[in-house]
Amino acid sequence: MAKFKKKTSASQDIPTSALPDIIFMLLFFFMVTTVLRETDLLVKQKLPLAEQLKKMEKKSLVSYIYIGQPKQTDRYGTEPRIQTNDVLVTPEGIVQFVNQEKDKLNEAERDQITMAMKVDKEAKMGIVSDVQQQLREANALKVLYSAVADAGAVQP
Amino acid sequence: MPRKKRGAAEVNAGSMADIAFLLLIFFLVTTTIASDKGLAIQLPPKQDPNEPPPDVKFNERNIFKVLVNSNDDMLVEDEPLGDVKQLRSMVKEFVLNYGKNPELSENPGKAVVSFKTDRGTSYEMYMAILDELQGAYYEIYSQKLGVDMKTVREINNAEPSVKDSYDDLKKEIPMAISIAEPSKATGN
Repeated sequence: MAKFKKKTSASQDIPTSALPDIIFMLLFFFMVTTVLRETDLLVKQKLPLAEQLKKMEKKSLVSYIYIGQPKQTDRYGTEPRIQTNDVLVTPEGIVQFVNQEKDKLNEAERDQITMAMKVDKEAKMGIVSDVQQQLREANALKVLYSAVADAGAVQP
Repeated sequence: MPRKKRGAAEVNAGSMADIAFLLLIFFLVTTTIASDKGLAIQLPPKQDPNEPPPDVKFNERNIFKVLVNSNDDMLVEDEPLGDVKQLRSMVKEFVLNYGKNPELSENPGKAVVSFKTDRGTSYEMYMAILDELQGAYYEIYSQKLGVDMKTVREINNAEPSVKDSYDDLKKEIPMAISIAEPSKATGN
C-alpha cells in the first residue's frame, strides 16, 4: 500500500485564485455593454422579426415611440396606444414630442433626428400610419422600425 | 530563541468570487442589452397644401405593386401570393429586367416598388413584407459590389472604396420602395 501512496504526491486542488479576476472581467463586460432602461413601458412590446436590420450609428439622435396594447387594460382600454417618454399620447401629441426631442439636439443635428418606432406585432397599420403622418408634419422623416433579428433565417 | 515558523500572510480571497458572482447576477438581471436595430425608412416630406401633388406619369410596367388587405392577404402584380418569401426573387427579377420582359421594368432607374397596406393590416405582416422588399435591393447591391449583405446594410462603416462604388450603384439602381398611405377599408 505504501508504494501507491508515494505516487500521488501532486496536489489535487485546482487553483482558484484567478477565479475572481475572471468573474470581474465578465462583470465589467456586462456593465459596459448594457444600459439601464430609462422609461417604464406602459404598453406591451413584442417586436416583430426581421432580417435586414440596420444598426443606429448615433444613439443621441434616436428618440423612441412605443406603440402597443396598454398593460393596464382596465384604465386605458385594449386598443393599441402610443407612448412617448412616460406618458400615453394621442397621435396629435407626437408633433410636440418631436419638437421637444429636437430642442435637445444642437442645431446642426436637428434634421438628422431618427424616430425609432417600437411597435408591437399585434398592432394594426392604422395607428402606425397616423403616427407617420404626424412625423411628416413635424418634419422628422427618418424612421427606424425596431425589430428583433430573425435567428432562424439564413444569412447569406 | 528561534521564532516559530509562520506561513506567508495571506488574505482569504476565496469568497471574492462569490461577491463578484453576486454583482454579476445583479447586472445580468437588471439590464437589457440595447437593441437599436431595425428597418430604416425615409418618410416623404410634408405636402404643401398650396401646391397640388405633382402629376407623375408612370409606365405601368415600371411599377411593381404589392397590396395587402386587412386579412393580411397579399396581392402582388394583381395576383394573389401566399408566401412572403417569394417576394424577394420577384422584386430582383423585376428590377434587373433591363427591358427584356415587356411585363417588367424598363431599367432599374425607372423601377418603383409600390407597397400599399390597409389600416387593418397587422404590423407583423407589414414588417415581413418590407423586410423582403429591402432584402431584395440589398441582395442586388451585395451581388454587384461583391461584398456580403451586412456590409451593404452598414455601408457607413465600410471601406471608402466600397462606399464610393456603392454611391455610384445607388444612382443606377435606387432603392425605390414607395410606401403608400393605408386605405381605410376597415378602420381601427
